[in-house]
Amino acid sequence: METFLGIDYPTWWFLVIGGLFTGYAILDGFDFGAGAWHLFFKKETSRRIAINAVGPVWDGNEVWLVIGGGSLFAGFPIMYATFFSALYIPFMLFLVFIIFRAIAIEFRSKEEGKLWRKTWDICYSISSIMLAFMLGVILGNILQGIAVGKDYLYEGAGFFEFLTPYSLLTGFTTLALFMMHGAIYLLLKTEGKLFKKLTYLLKRGIIFFIISFTLMSVYTLLKIPHLSDDFMSHPILFIVPLLAFLSIANIPRLASKKKYQMAFLFSSITISLLLVLVAIEMYPNMLLSTVDPKYNIDIYNAASSTKTMKILLTIVAIGAPLVLGYTIFVYRTFRGKVQMDENSY
Amino acid sequence: MEIEILARIQFAFTIAFHYIYPPLSIGIGLLLVIFESLYIKTKNKDYHTLAKFWTKIFAVTFAIGVTTGIVMEFEFGTNWAVYSRYVGDIFGSALAAEGIFAFALESGFLGVLLFGWNRVKPWVHLVATSGVFLGSMFSAVWIVVANSWQQTPAGYHIVGEGFNARAEITDFWAMVFNPSSMDRLMHVWLGALLSGAFLVLSVHAYYLVKGRYVEISKKAFKIALIVATVFSLSQLASGHSSANGVAVNQPAKLAALEGHYEASSPADMYLIGWVDQKNEEVYGLKIPGGLSFLVDYRFDAPITGLNAFPKDEQPSQVNAIFQFYHIMIIIGMGMIGLTMLAAFFLWKGKLFDKKWLLWIFVFSVFLPQIANQTGWFAAEMGRQPWVVYGLLRTSEAFSQAVTDQQLIFSLILFFFIYSLLLVLFIYLLNKKIKKGPYDEEEAKDRPLTKEISTAITGN
Ligand code: HEM
Ligand code: HEM
Repeated sequence: METFLGIDYPTWWFLVIGGLFTGYAILDGFDFGAGAWHLFFKKETSRRIAINAVGPVWDGNEVWLVIGGGSLFAGFPIMYATFFSALYIPFMLFLVFIIFRAIAIEFRSKEEGKLWRKTWDICYSISSIMLAFMLGVILGNILQGIAVGKDYLYEGAGFFEFLTPYSLLTGFTTLALFMMHGAIYLLLKTEGKLFKKLTYLLKRGIIFFIISFTLMSVYTLLKIPHLSDDFMSHPILFIVPLLAFLSIANIPRLASKKKYQMAFLFSSITISLLLVLVAIEMYPNMLLSTVDPKYNIDIYNAASSTKTMKILLTIVAIGAPLVLGYTIFVYRTFRGKVQMDENSY
Repeated sequence: MEIEILARIQFAFTIAFHYIYPPLSIGIGLLLVIFESLYIKTKNKDYHTLAKFWTKIFAVTFAIGVTTGIVMEFEFGTNWAVYSRYVGDIFGSALAAEGIFAFALESGFLGVLLFGWNRVKPWVHLVATSGVFLGSMFSAVWIVVANSWQQTPAGYHIVGEGFNARAEITDFWAMVFNPSSMDRLMHVWLGALLSGAFLVLSVHAYYLVKGRYVEISKKAFKIALIVATVFSLSQLASGHSSANGVAVNQPAKLAALEGHYEASSPADMYLIGWVDQKNEEVYGLKIPGGLSFLVDYRFDAPITGLNAFPKDEQPSQVNAIFQFYHIMIIIGMGMIGLTMLAAFFLWKGKLFDKKWLLWIFVFSVFLPQIANQTGWFAAEMGRQPWVVYGLLRTSEAFSQAVTDQQLIFSLILFFFIYSLLLVLFIYLLNKKIKKGPYDEEEAKDRPLTKEISTAITGN
């Protein structure tokens, strides 16, 4: 197989996609997380500030999903096809909540009425919660494996097959992680009473995360042994979970010292490390078959032609600096605490 | 019901709904760029007011466009798994390029466009607006390239067999510049720019007949009218060029567009008509030899008929295709007539006295929308029974793993949600239009500049 800098092309593309989904989790993670807390804020101004904290950036954050999805389609079409058609219901629900969330943000401010605003507030918060949760559920299905059979065809049936105890656990853990991450983001963006309230909420969030994360880890070790195989054979890899634990432990420490910028950095690092962990556990597989391991979808049998991979890497090499450029431009323009003017939501 | 039919209904419904919004976003985007540039150039506050007003409407079309677009991207995987596997190598690169080059540009600058008015200098704001506009234009490039490849595949070879067969790229640029992509890109771009221009025309025509915001509306109307006139005319040339391409690359489609069953020379062209599919005849008003002339500039050029193709390689809904195609063309001609007439009165200085004409413009907003939809329906249904022309049949392309219950569930779900979205969209649009570009009450209390005061009193 052709390689570039000693690494084969499918692996390169696996890394790129991993990077994109990590970026996505960090960015949309804070904005789903912020939304998940929304109903905890009681006053109209607090809610407005909270929405305007994500106002200028949520759409840009979602583009990471769009690019990630397109990259999966291009690089690993077989994975894209099987994965999305097998998890049909969770993805459809995910899309529905994506629509409702965006619409809630956009429409909420367009009318003064109490009922109008309340409806959209509920819509916004529930969809944010469900989106974070669904992402976790989908991740749980990937980790656990699904019923892929011959010719990459999904053999499972039933509406709710994607809801297993394990996927529920990963769902809650993801929700908790994003809520912690989102609370820290909001702390960076707010002042006064709302800020005070958030310091209190963040503590709850951290506890919620630590509990669900522990449960999930224990369940993984006991019930899903295939995931720890790689670590048993390459003990050096244990450094990744170790780092993840250290990074998690660092968040409450920094929060109690009111170093929220650092705390945000570490919650982002935590998300990245956890996803690196997933990547190590899976590689070179992408979708494990619960029917027979010979039907596993991995980065080699799912890959596009080498030619396409090369084109894709060229596209990324040209595009990535541009994307980074205007992302920085936007975040710089709106840095600091939320300021409202007549253009705000 | 059959899974294939359900999957097609769902796709057609969701894409048709999505396609209400992108053309508006693209078209309004161009006018925003023009308004802001004029503001910077002339320092006239009115252009600033216009830019801000249209930004608010833009925000709503954009938000719905984005969310319904994300649905489209994932629907290929969920509903068309076989198709996705087959074309992933090719289609995927276009979609990835679209994400990186187009959507990131659009969404990146969107925040500054919407919320940055008081934070950045006017020229920086103009850069952001232009970024959003260019991003939306680019996004049309990649998606149309992908769709055109489906119509006229090029730059690929097929590897594997049976279920595992798939197309792989051999030549990226041949794939991008496949025989129909440039014609169709032009046509789609123009259709989008027209949608935006006609929305602006419609709203400001409404203000003009109601005697509100008169000065500012005259300015906006003139600019949008120029855009609409130029692009309506260009659209005719572009459509003609597309039709010529179809004649060469997809003769079965051309025959279906005109309901042309038997090969003949000369071949006639219908202005309006009805296709009797049973007897393979068309009744209607025709120009003898018209089709021959359009394709080859000779009145007796031979044109292949549908019967030259085996039954299972002909599109089945010939009458529907015929009607969609002809509605688009009639509307195209109507738009040319309307804009030329208005331009003539504008030149004579009488345009704003012609209330009846302004009233027509109030309702003209539907014209480009209908033409865009019917155009796509004609193009896509004319491609049947193929998903990828000549290579992959629609009946083989859907997801084997998805059940009819799942499809019905999602179809109903989308139907309700999209209906809700449409109602909300119209409600908010109406509200914003009623509220107007600036607050008339507020403007009354303030010491008025001459321009604003004439705008309020309406003379
Ligand atoms: C935005 C404008 C578009 C509209 C309004 C549109 C319209 C339609 C319609 C009406 C159908 C159903 C045809 C039938 O059932 O007879 C269809 C099918 C389809 N179109 Fe499009 N389309 C659009 C863009 C695209 C693009 C950009 C692509 C791909 C790049 C695409 C790919 C497909 C596929 C895969 C199907 C399903 C298979 C089929 O029924 O032909 N469409 N589209
Ligand atoms: C004035 C005369 C027009 C002619 C002769 C014409 C011709 C055509 C042809 C031949 C196609 C099919 C192309 C293909 O399948 O490859 C097409 C498609 C289409 N038309 Fe038109 N058209 C006209 C006006 C318009 C207008 C005014 C609009 C919208 C404002 C419009 C929007 C579209 C769209 C969106 C499509 C589908 C995309 C595509 O296939 O390019 N057309 N048109």
